[in-house]
Amino acid sequence: MNKFGFTLSVPRVIDYDKNDRSVADLIAAKEPTFRLCIECGTCAATCTAGNFTDFSLREINVLLRRGENEAAAEKINRCMLCGKCILVCPRGVNTRNVLFIARETLSKTNGHERL
Amino acid sequence: MNSMVDVLVIGGGVAGMEAAGQLARSGYSVILAEKEPLTGGHLKNWYHLFPDRRDGNEVGEYLDNLVKNKNIEIRNNTCITGITGRKGKFTATASDGQVVEAEAVIVATGFDLFDSRRKEEYGYGIYPNVITSADLEKMFRNGSVKLADGGVPARIGFIHCVGSRDEKVGNLYCSKLCCITAVKQAMEVHEKISGVKTFCFYMDMRMGGAYYEEIYREAQEKYGVSFIRGKVSEVSQGYNGRLVIKAEDTLAGRPLRMELDMVVLMAGMEMSDAGEILAGKSSLRRGENRFFSTADNHTASNRSNMKGVFYAGTCTAPMNITESISHARAAVTEVVSYLREKKQRDE
Ligand code: SF4
Ligand code: SF4
Ligand code: SF4
Repeated sequence: MNKFGFTLSVPRVIDYDKNDRSVADLIAAKEPTFRLCIECGTCAATCTAGNFTDFSLREINVLLRRGENEAAAEKINRCMLCGKCILVCPRGVNTRNVLFIARETLSKTNGHERL
Repeated sequence: MNSMVDVLVIGGGVAGMEAAGQLARSGYSVILAEKEPLTGGHLKNWYHLFPDRRDGNEVGEYLDNLVKNKNIEIRNNTCITGITGRKGKFTATASDGQVVEAEAVIVATGFDLFDSRRKEEYGYGIYPNVITSADLEKMFRNGSVKLADGGVPARIGFIHCVGSRDEKVGNLYCSKLCCITAVKQAMEVHEKISGVKTFCFYMDMRMGGAYYEEIYREAQEKYGVSFIRGKVSEVSQGYNGRLVIKAEDTLAGRPLRMELDMVVLMAGMEMSDAGEILAGKSSLRRGENRFFSTADNHTASNRSNMKGVFYAGTCTAPMNITESISHARAAVTEVVSYLREKKQRDE
């Protein structure tokens, strides 16, 4: 009898060593300002998509940086590429380009054909 | 008017007064040039100081007494706009045509508070109940925190990093003091208005000073100040006249909207206009952050690129009062060594 039930739940840890962070590296190579995000959330505060759906560019950025690509891919199409976030980002992240490249890269990555 | 002294100190704020006072105590003749009608700088506008919340006037009195010295000639309303000369003798000119000659110069031109109107999205100068940290200090000094219509605010939000850490206004640096100021001011608001609710919107809580973290803790424990991690994107005014702020509650991962009666902008520190003018009419170098750049970050933070011209205080970087005083004293040590060595050479 399994007294602890560990097998019942999928671990929710971010497995940093197993995760594939090459998507983030590719984005940073094409749009170096991706590295400048400090997760302040100003973009998400002003984002129309984020006010109605479960979407935050800040969250996408951190998910990609940790290699949680699937979670990012699931949400990233909710962005309308309107560019409001560029106007407010205090770090000068070229947000729209980050999103654009992220979408492109994620759609080319195995297992994310749904994009 | 043409006068020759040992040291010209440019700027009569905390650092300049401290430097002038210490030099005078050691027997040097000093002209202290202040562009305003009175010395004291920004300290005059500050009610209570962190971390111990003593009255700013106490430090003001200490400085006033320090500069009451026969070796110091205070010249108010004197804005020094240029320095020329080389080691040995400097000639400084003021906007009104005065000329001062000195063997050494201490530049203590300080900082200006960021003009919050430049962050238009926060509505300073547009919505009457959006005020700055400096405006709130004035209210504290006058004894009450009131809305524009005389009412008592029930909810007050503090927005951190206004004009600092923001590429959009060209200031990448952190002003270092505004986090602790917000915490201090939130606590004082609670003391003035019973039952008020306060919220600090921050990106990072930078409590890097003696007893800062303890105050942060006290603000939570004793006053129930709420801290929300997210930079406010905009302030607007709702149909009912109350202010509405938008931020992302980044720790909850959801956008947050909140009505507030009053918004306080934690204005950052910038190179002062007086410093900018001086830099333009001398060969003094400035860093990327526009403050004066020192000869060596670690070992010569009082020296400039002009031998015989030294720096004291916030004209080189954001500093608190304790640091400004220490930096000014360090500048005095440099000046004294410089003048002694010069004298030996001349003899
Ligand atoms: S570009 Fe996308 S993330 Fe940015 S504000 Fe528009 S919808 Fe939101
Ligand atoms: S506004 Fe810029 S720095 Fe802030 S979370 Fe968004 S992308 Fe990152
Ligand atoms: S001290 Fe705090 S409020 Fe001021 S610029 Fe730094 S992080 Fe922002």
